[in-house]
Amino acid sequence: MGQLSGPTDPAADAGWSPQHPRKGFFTDTSICIGCKACEVACKEWNHNPQDGPLELLGSSYDNTGALGASTWRHVAFIEQSRDRIEEARESGRRLISLGLPKMPGETADDAPPDTDQFRWLMASDVCKHCTHAGCLDVCPTGSLFRTEFGTVVVQADVCNGCGNCVPACPFGVIERRTDGTAAPKTARGPDPVPNTGVAQKCTLCYDRLVDGQTPACAQTCPTESIRFGDHDDLVQRARQRVAQLHAQGRTEARLYGANEQDGVGGTGSVFLLLDEPEVYGLPPDPRVGTADLPTMFKRSALAAAGMLAAAVVAFLGGR
Amino acid sequence: MSMVSDGPRRGGGKRRRRGGGDGGREMPMVPDVQFSSYYGRPVVKPAPWSHEIAAYLFLGGLAGGSGLLAAGAQLTGRKVLRRNSRLAALVAIVLSAAALISDLGRPERFVNMLRTIKLTSPMSLGSWILSGFGAGTSVAAAAEVDRLTGQRLPLGPLRSVLHAAEGPAGLEAAVFAAPLAVYTAVLLGDTATPTWHGAHRDLPFVFVSSASLASGGLAMLTTPVREAGPARRLAVLGVLGDVIATRAMEHRMDPIAAEPLHEGQAGAMLRWSERLALAGGIGTLLGGRHRAVAALSGLALLSASVLTRFGVFEAGMASAKDPRYTIEPQKRRLAARQAAGITGDSITTVD
Repeated sequence: MGQLSGPTDPAADAGWSPQHPRKGFFTDTSICIGCKACEVACKEWNHNPQDGPLELLGSSYDNTGALGASTWRHVAFIEQSRDRIEEARESGRRLISLGLPKMPGETADDAPPDTDQFRWLMASDVCKHCTHAGCLDVCPTGSLFRTEFGTVVVQADVCNGCGNCVPACPFGVIERRTDGTAAPKTARGPDPVPNTGVAQKCTLCYDRLVDGQTPACAQTCPTESIRFGDHDDLVQRARQRVAQLHAQGRTEARLYGANEQDGVGGTGSVFLLLDEPEVYGLPPDPRVGTADLPTMFKRSALAAAGMLAAAVVAFLGGR
Repeated sequence: MSMVSDGPRRGGGKRRRRGGGDGGREMPMVPDVQFSSYYGRPVVKPAPWSHEIAAYLFLGGLAGGSGLLAAGAQLTGRKVLRRNSRLAALVAIVLSAAALISDLGRPERFVNMLRTIKLTSPMSLGSWILSGFGAGTSVAAAAEVDRLTGQRLPLGPLRSVLHAAEGPAGLEAAVFAAPLAVYTAVLLGDTATPTWHGAHRDLPFVFVSSASLASGGLAMLTTPVREAGPARRLAVLGVLGDVIATRAMEHRMDPIAAEPLHEGQAGAMLRWSERLALAGGIGTLLGGRHRAVAALSGLALLSASVLTRFGVFEAGMASAKDPRYTIEPQKRRLAARQAAGITGDSITTVD
């Protein structure tokens, strides 16, 4: 058992010798065009079935809804008017002024950003491959494991479908695949949906990584909004990109997951966002449950001792 | 509840739509999208668990408490209490294992949990605690069944082995009894489900108390009053612990994360749980030596424990389905840390 919280190298923690640098995604939402090619490429490569009946959700161009057992990339669409853009910019400015010196110059407001009246935020969400992954920690079978690339992958043949990983994920990513109705019709009748009753999520295309290939979503992304690479390089690149956007006056730009001091020890998938995380459906202050496990063990030991004491008192208390 | 309209939205409702409908500019498909949640959709996913898991929480506690009563009765020579508690523990543990297995996505793979021991996984530890408790309890209860049926179990020469082993087996089960009652609190607390995680410090105390009052109540129901003294005392201590720990838990939680414990079905169940626990406790104190009053009080206590477990279970599920319960407490605690000068641990950064 490795470290339960704080900065660490997750692959080394899991006992891998340092043969590969940690891999990850950098999803730069400022250049996402919402084409959903990543969703399609992911489904294709991983043979993921349709999630359910086709329906229009009425939420802009997003009819996928959320990440789930059969959706490992999800493109969010948020439509914002000028007021909201200003608020996002202001909240970004507050972040910058949190004791951090790099306030953009006063001239910043003179450089009008390209979206002054109206904008669409488009962001391709994915499993965060956390440094401290709640899903992996609580898995009772060892089905979820840490790969040599520092990513988190489900072994479908070991998973017993207990579902504990689902509420353990602070980002709402992993899900148990229950849907048996989604099989596409073929000439030979519907194909059976693979891995039903089993937890499923993004593998960061583990099968492609072991062959030195790029994950399907990053490979297909036409704007390089999704970049794949060594985690440390990507974080470096993400920081440069934020600085660049700030210099253009776009103070709404911020990174999500690049801080190894956060509640999950930093994430393998890092995002550049243009508004607060909850606007994209991301938790503003996620914390892996395992970080509180020592506290829970202590409190439980105390409670169990109390129960034993109550039983002793009950039996020694006379007839 | 419409989460979109109730959701915390910034900018108020007075926003005018700009440029819509003049043909020169595209009208936004969804005019009012400035929620601070994504279309009111949940941030975390609720556990894919049905009511079998809530029943499992209750039965596990009942089994653990009964195991302790059985061991105590064994050590103090209360034969009827020992027999009844051992049988109760066996029935509860078998039913709880059945509930757990039926809820697995692939029930045939229960045994996959016994291929490893993982200290970070409450469910892994729990499956071992369940197995350890079940092993001792089945031996001890088998000896009781053998006596009840006038030695009719087809044991042959193993009968003497069984009766030699029942004492140690009963004590072995007792070692796992309190952990069995408490680990489910960690199972719920070690999640991102807002109400469960919010309760992680005090839920262990609520669960052991609930287990104590339930097992005491069941023994009061099944066992004549002259041998049920320890059960009555365990039940009363359980009621005290339950009421105090539940109130302390709600008091110490983030008020938003605690809200589902007071609202809707979960709120109603937890209110009734407290009433029934108090009624059962008072009935035990005042009339526990009358068979009928003891039985009624026992029933009230069992119901109280069922309602506690189902109430906590339902409150957590409700909290996961509404983004407000994830977002608001997180924003509040982040702001509180930043106000206290801790700025280095946010997941959102600008450099």
